[in-house]
Amino acid sequence: MPKLIKNGQVIDDAAQILVLDETQAPEALTLPEGPLFVPLAVWQAHKGQISGRASVGVWLDSHENVDEIADDLEGITAIALNFPKFTDGRAYSAAALLRSRYGFKGEIRAIGDVLRDQFFFMQRCGFDAIQPKAGKYSDAQLEEALASLKDFSTPYQAAIDQPEPLFRRTQRAA
Amino acid sequence: MYRYDPYDQKIVDERVAQFRDQTRRYLAGELTDDEFRPLRLQNGLYIQRHAPMLRVAVPYGLLSSTQVRKLAHIARTHDKGYAHVTTRQNFQFNWPELKVVPEILAELATVEMHAIQTSGACIRNITSDPFAGVAGDEYIDPRPWCEVLRQWSTFHPEFAFLPRKFKIAVNGAGQDRAVIQCHDIGLELKRDAAGEIGFRVLVGGGMGRTPIIGEEITDFVPWQHIITYCEAILRVYNRYGRRDNLYKARIKILVKALGIAEFKRQVEAEWEFGKNGPNTLTEAEVARVAGHFTTPAYETLPAEDAGYAAQRSANPAFAAWARRNVLAHKVPGYAIVVLSLKDPKRAPGDITAEQLDLVADWADAYSFGEIRATHEQNLVLADVRQSDLFAVWEKARATGLATPTFGLLTDIICCPGGDFCALANAKSIPIANAIQARFDDLDHLYDIGDIELNISGCMNSCGHHHVGHIGILGVDKNGEEWYQVSLGGSQGNNTSIGKVIGRSFAAAEMPDVISKIIDVYLAQRQAGERFIETVRRTGLDPFKLGVYGEAAVKERKHNA
Ligand code: HEM
Ligand code: SF4
Repeated sequence: MPKLIKNGQVIDDAAQILVLDETQAPEALTLPEGPLFVPLAVWQAHKGQISGRASVGVWLDSHENVDEIADDLEGITAIALNFPKFTDGRAYSAAALLRSRYGFKGEIRAIGDVLRDQFFFMQRCGFDAIQPKAGKYSDAQLEEALASLKDFSTPYQAAIDQPEPLFRRTQRAA
Repeated sequence: MYRYDPYDQKIVDERVAQFRDQTRRYLAGELTDDEFRPLRLQNGLYIQRHAPMLRVAVPYGLLSSTQVRKLAHIARTHDKGYAHVTTRQNFQFNWPELKVVPEILAELATVEMHAIQTSGACIRNITSDPFAGVAGDEYIDPRPWCEVLRQWSTFHPEFAFLPRKFKIAVNGAGQDRAVIQCHDIGLELKRDAAGEIGFRVLVGGGMGRTPIIGEEITDFVPWQHIITYCEAILRVYNRYGRRDNLYKARIKILVKALGIAEFKRQVEAEWEFGKNGPNTLTEAEVARVAGHFTTPAYETLPAEDAGYAAQRSANPAFAAWARRNVLAHKVPGYAIVVLSLKDPKRAPGDITAEQLDLVADWADAYSFGEIRATHEQNLVLADVRQSDLFAVWEKARATGLATPTFGLLTDIICCPGGDFCALANAKSIPIANAIQARFDDLDHLYDIGDIELNISGCMNSCGHHHVGHIGILGVDKNGEEWYQVSLGGSQGNNTSIGKVIGRSFAAAEMPDVISKIIDVYLAQRQAGERFIETVRRTGLDPFKLGVYGEAAVKERKHNA
């Protein structure tokens, strides 16, 4: 079963990331059974039925704007944000916006080109679920990669995981 | 200067451990080249023509003597005995071996140094005025603000993978000495009518392939809000900056595409949410940081030291150096000394390990143990008593650090170019050295006066050629190295981008071309007019005529 890092631990996860090919119209689609993340277009076409369903999440690609689901968040339990390439940093802002501006409390999952050397940044921006591509890491490597979540113990700036900057959290000696 | 507390130290130590592990995984084949590249770049590590190149951060150009000794040690032990001062006030080593880089970083960490974010698509080292705290025209010391911004930007989780690199510069004096108009964000410290400190913010400046002068996005952000304001700019850029084309990915392209008014609207809409948030600065934090930049224990001295005046009259060589490389200090009896790294026998900006050690010694003996690096690729001792200037000069001269040409034609800004850089179209160092060899007569140089000549080996403009009064750019023509010349660029308060004068030249022609340009200036200038002023008054035509001759100019006009 695919693995997922959730709240700092490796767990099994069966959710399917649904990807449409060009021939499939979002409206005409019958959704498969089981836990699922649907693309934004499918969400928009079907949200009348699937909103509020715990097994269905939405995934957004890096060029898709989180503002588009802002009004739907009450009916969404999980959002996956895709990293087409790990150097495409838009999802960091997307996750931070979902948590801070839109107050989203559900799961925010990093999917796509997700590498351990970015885990720390992802966690700081509000990702609580991190899913490297299947086969990217062996089970042992993934366990080892958990260490990257703790690369830095006391960051300077405020972010989602630590909403106060160092200078407000501690009394630094002059 | 700023000294680390245990938090600062821990972040740097943890970075060393992180990079050590990343390097280990790369060498073990667990990280691909593509995966490792951004990681090493964010640690200042390029792979160049001959070897990796390591860029060490010198936050806003400020160094202690201990740090300089460490750089000397690294140059000796892990490099070929020298280092290079860059056009963003950093230090660079050209020959370290990849597998020892973690070791070098560990050594740097022992003196509160690192290579964090000196390259890569992230917020880079923040640069500033090399004369901060000592210049007479300063109204607000930029160093505490640079340090506050350094800490905020270090490992900022949201902005580690921007569309492209992001450079911030801060200036707080009448004269802009930090090139703020050519930065992604340029910050000018100022006071409002009520005397409160804040920042005028410029955005979207940059050099590279598409040189653009930054535009004002706001004329005043109160100091409490500078971090949240910068975050708003960065968030808009991170979300909407282009990622499809490397050459169009800088923030300047986004600002141009949207127009400054629309860009400002988006930033300020974003800022509404972050403003007054937790990143709002507190008086206590600013006071804590500012407490590191206290006034040194200056003595009360006469404004003019009698001995210094006598030494200048007695020794013309000393007087020449004092005239160019010694600058006025805001405290009576003190002076700012520019230690020139423009010895014609060396690459501009290069300095040997032995020289570095000596500079550290002089800093301890004469300048409160501090050294600054300038973006013009020189070093500065900022607090020298006038009565010590002669001693400093004698020592500097003995080791080739007293070339008396600060601000003159041969004080060339020059990128590493084809001798080191894999991206280069052409070499730049030999061109600089050839021009220095041609103009080796000091009286002639003094007669020519203030002028800036900048050389880049390719369009990336690491050598700031766009803002050189004379700019030289290496271009590739059918696999051969050619050089394009532009005139009229300028840094500082009247920043302008130079204009190309015409067809490019072979390397061997370059000293003659520069001679012709200078001859036109000398013939055209009016009393007291500096080179750039003449170019601005006359336009390029007389210079084209002088360089290409009448027939060529006529033919071009005809064809055009
Ligand atoms: C030797 C390896 C180097 C490489 C591969 C390199 C690469 C680049 C590239 C690709 C750009 C263009 C960025 C853009 O416009 O988006 C650039 C710009 C620049 N580089 Fe370098 N560079 C190198 C060395 C240096 C050195 C040694 C310095 C300082 C002496 C330097 C300072 C700069 C500056 C000041 C810019 C202009 C920034 C701007 O556009 O605002 N670089 N470099
Ligand atoms: S300007 Fe070009 S040649 Fe010079 S260092 Fe930069 S990238 Fe290399």
